[in-house]
Amino acid sequence: MEAKIKAISYYLPEKVFDNQEINELFPEWSIDKISSKTGIYNRHISNDDEFSSDMAVKVAEKLFEEHQIDRNHIDFILLCTQSPDYFLPTTACIVQNKLGIPTSCGALDFNLGCSGFVYGLGLSKGLIYSSVATNVLLITAETYSKFIHPQDKSNRTIFGDAASATLITMNDGFAEIGSFELGTDGKGAENLIVKKGGLRFPGLSLQNEDVLDEFGNVTNPGKLCMNGAEIFSFTSTAVPELIKNVLSKNNILADEVNLYIFHQANKYMLNHLRKKINIEEEKFYYFLEDCGNTVSSTIPIALTEAKKEDKLKGNVLLAGFGVGYSWAGCLLKIS
Amino acid sequence: MEEHKFLINFSKQFDETDPELIKIDTNFRELDEWSSLTALSVMAMSDTEYGVNLTAEDLGKSSTLADIYRIIKGKL
Repeated sequence: MEAKIKAISYYLPEKVFDNQEINELFPEWSIDKISSKTGIYNRHISNDDEFSSDMAVKVAEKLFEEHQIDRNHIDFILLCTQSPDYFLPTTACIVQNKLGIPTSCGALDFNLGCSGFVYGLGLSKGLIYSSVATNVLLITAETYSKFIHPQDKSNRTIFGDAASATLITMNDGFAEIGSFELGTDGKGAENLIVKKGGLRFPGLSLQNEDVLDEFGNVTNPGKLCMNGAEIFSFTSTAVPELIKNVLSKNNILADEVNLYIFHQANKYMLNHLRKKINIEEEKFYYFLEDCGNTVSSTIPIALTEAKKEDKLKGNVLLAGFGVGYSWAGCLLKIS
Repeated sequence: MEEHKFLINFSKQFDETDPELIKIDTNFRELDEWSSLTALSVMAMSDTEYGVNLTAEDLGKSSTLADIYRIIKGKL
């Protein structure tokens, strides 16, 4: 038995937030500097009345249309989001109904960020191998922009909203899902967090709680708070080890990997990791110019674009890492 | 680990700052170009040049280049 990716589509909200607008809001950051350091030119931002379930429905409809997929064959929906519409019900249930997928399907949400897509592939493979499902619709949908303080220059520069939809099926598709390496270290929980709004610290954020960091970014406990330096330090240590272990779990050597697709955090971090792990530039895929860091959607977006460019061949290594801390890697074998 | 080479490596992380302004007793936070991005650059430089994982906490308790130099040297 094999679990394979059959098709992927992605969706970016219409509204664009470009480097010129960032420069107008934060004049100390030149347009050139933003693009050269982050590799990002545009981010797409969800409308005020557009939420994760809306984007999930749009991207799934796009998947069905672009790849002529019959929704009646879907027997499981996995939805990865950290910005759900509600505490309850489950976003995947709302999405099942809006898409008109048969009520005989299973559906659940899971809460992960940048490692979410790779985790979703692992969960899909498990569902298929255990004969629970044969056609899994894996959706990633995030509206992080709604978590970001308007004066938080760093996070507004890096993050964009997006959704992706991937169909994983038994024995049919272009990419066989190989073996996984996962990792977790909750001691980094505080370094990328939206502290308020859950039950431990309920209530909305208050203006007078605003905190200014040493770099001029404003945030508060009701908004996304990221300690970029700590995240950088974590990835520098965890990701090289992750790659080594994905290679050994799949019994291949680094030379045998045709393309590496990492979570597209920002170009600066990707370059550092690429050099540290000693990966040639031709074998390392970048796609963030037009969308920025879209959390769990960066890898499926990059996979879609790499496929369009005919760059998906042989062994493709995926690696996601971030909030939690949580990290996950796997190998795809392209046929 | 050589102090002079460290100063050069540190200066290279800045695009617009005159290297003359970067001395061992300089308070790096007072440099106009100091930002979250230059902080990451310095961490990356420490990792690449010296194989030392300089943490956010290390940077937080430093104010001059000498402080960073001492921390990296201590972790070699």
